[in-house]
Amino acid sequence: MGPLAFLIVLVVVAAWLIAAYNGLVALKNQTLNAFKQIDVQLKRRHDLIPNLVNAVRGAMDFEKSTLEAVIQARNQAVKVNATGPDGIKQISRAENALSSALQRLMVVVEQYPQLRATGNIGQLQEELTSTENKVAFARQLYNDTATQYNTKQQQFPTSLVAGLAKAQPADLWEIEDQGERAVPQVDLSLKPKT
Amino acid sequence: MSDETSLNLFQQQEANRRRTVVLVVGFVVFFAWLGFGGDYIYYLFTLGAPRQAYHHTFPWFGLGLSLAAAAIARYAYQTGAQKVLWSAGAREMVDPRSDQERQLVNVVEEMSIAAGTPRPRIWIVDDPDPNAFATGTDPLHSHVAVTQGLLDLCTRDELQGVVAHELGHVKNLDVRLMTMLAALVGAVALMHDGTSRVLRPGSGSSGEGRKPSPLVLILLVVWIVSWILAPIIAQLLAIAVSRKREYLADAMSAQFTRNPLALASALQKIEGADAPTTHIKRGAAHLCIADPLGRRLTSHEGLFADALATHPPMAKRIAILRGMGYAQLKQQGR
Repeated sequence: MGPLAFLIVLVVVAAWLIAAYNGLVALKNQTLNAFKQIDVQLKRRHDLIPNLVNAVRGAMDFEKSTLEAVIQARNQAVKVNATGPDGIKQISRAENALSSALQRLMVVVEQYPQLRATGNIGQLQEELTSTENKVAFARQLYNDTATQYNTKQQQFPTSLVAGLAKAQPADLWEIEDQGERAVPQVDLSLKPKT
Repeated sequence: MSDETSLNLFQQQEANRRRTVVLVVGFVVFFAWLGFGGDYIYYLFTLGAPRQAYHHTFPWFGLGLSLAAAAIARYAYQTGAQKVLWSAGAREMVDPRSDQERQLVNVVEEMSIAAGTPRPRIWIVDDPDPNAFATGTDPLHSHVAVTQGLLDLCTRDELQGVVAHELGHVKNLDVRLMTMLAALVGAVALMHDGTSRVLRPGSGSSGEGRKPSPLVLILLVVWIVSWILAPIIAQLLAIAVSRKREYLADAMSAQFTRNPLALASALQKIEGADAPTTHIKRGAAHLCIADPLGRRLTSHEGLFADALATHPPMAKRIAILRGMGYAQLKQQGR
């Protein structure tokens, strides 16, 4: 009976090891994929902004500075993004600046009802809202996935396999907006290490 | 909370995979019973027949019906989603023609980013009553359909909540089970309608004056009863399967949008409209976000409603979502 019981315990432990290892690897890949999604959405936003600005330039001659701020923030964000994925912190700062520039543009558009009456601006507003939402939701998915990954690799007993699966805590996307900061799912105690 | 939801998600996906298999096996076994049972009864009937008359010794019915059921199940898996959309009279939106449709495309794209699923195909049902449903077999082959009424009535945020609810069903793999069920319920109804004509009393040539044994009679009664009960059983299955998962999909919607109050107000609008969604037939009712048949049962909870309604009470769903929303606002200190 002794050897048999030993064998059963061995099999159970091995099965758990494999499951925990695979679970961590799957979560790691999900986190990487979610990060790529943010990239995709940011690039989409960068490509869209020049078109949008051109579309309203004629109608918004009197708000030149707002438009220029948007373009500048966009160019800065493109430049920082080109440096690669090393500087999450820098990228997120540049993108947040772009977001607030876009928000100012939206506020300006809101202030001129005669602007909103033309179909062009209505579409512009919808596209801007959607673009901002897409970036925000991509960030949200990344942060949710990364938090889940981080929690998993720190929790006992999965933490025992974390080294084996080469699991490292993933950086979370910084959120500037105070309202968003309070969202319960985002664990901000994990600061980026860079 | 996100860890808990994800745990729920995997359990739900696994449960849905398993239940779909059970459903298909049950479907085939049921038809095998109908076929082989019929064979056996016919065999007992012809046992005492004269030597030169026909003796039913080979189970043709059983083999035929089992094979047919397997073929139907396979066909249902492949085309179920298309059939559901077709029965609702949905048209696919390939390129948006109005601002409203462009907004819908944007909202669906945003929510599939939030859910981390590929973008589903988008369909519109030309019905003035607000409603929505999702169908498909997995996130790669999924469809989200909304009625024109929903587009007209809901704000952007509310639409987001509803679409997120539907994507919750997609991510859960609820769509696989529910679509399969809708397709099989349809198949059973069709077969039942077709065969009840054959089974009508008086059409057989059993007037030979020979008394069948009681065993054969009992078997015959049970067999006929199963034929009659088939569509009812299928309906009950559809009902039992869909209520709990509405709550879960609501919770997933809240997780994706971080805005449970928007879905609550959308549900209130849908509930307030109350007119039945005429385009959506009984067979697909369990797929919808709100009961399209406008049955008042849905407004109560209790033994009777539990047994017969396809959807949980709307007031309770709204109350749960509001609870989530207020807790969130409190946390943000607003």
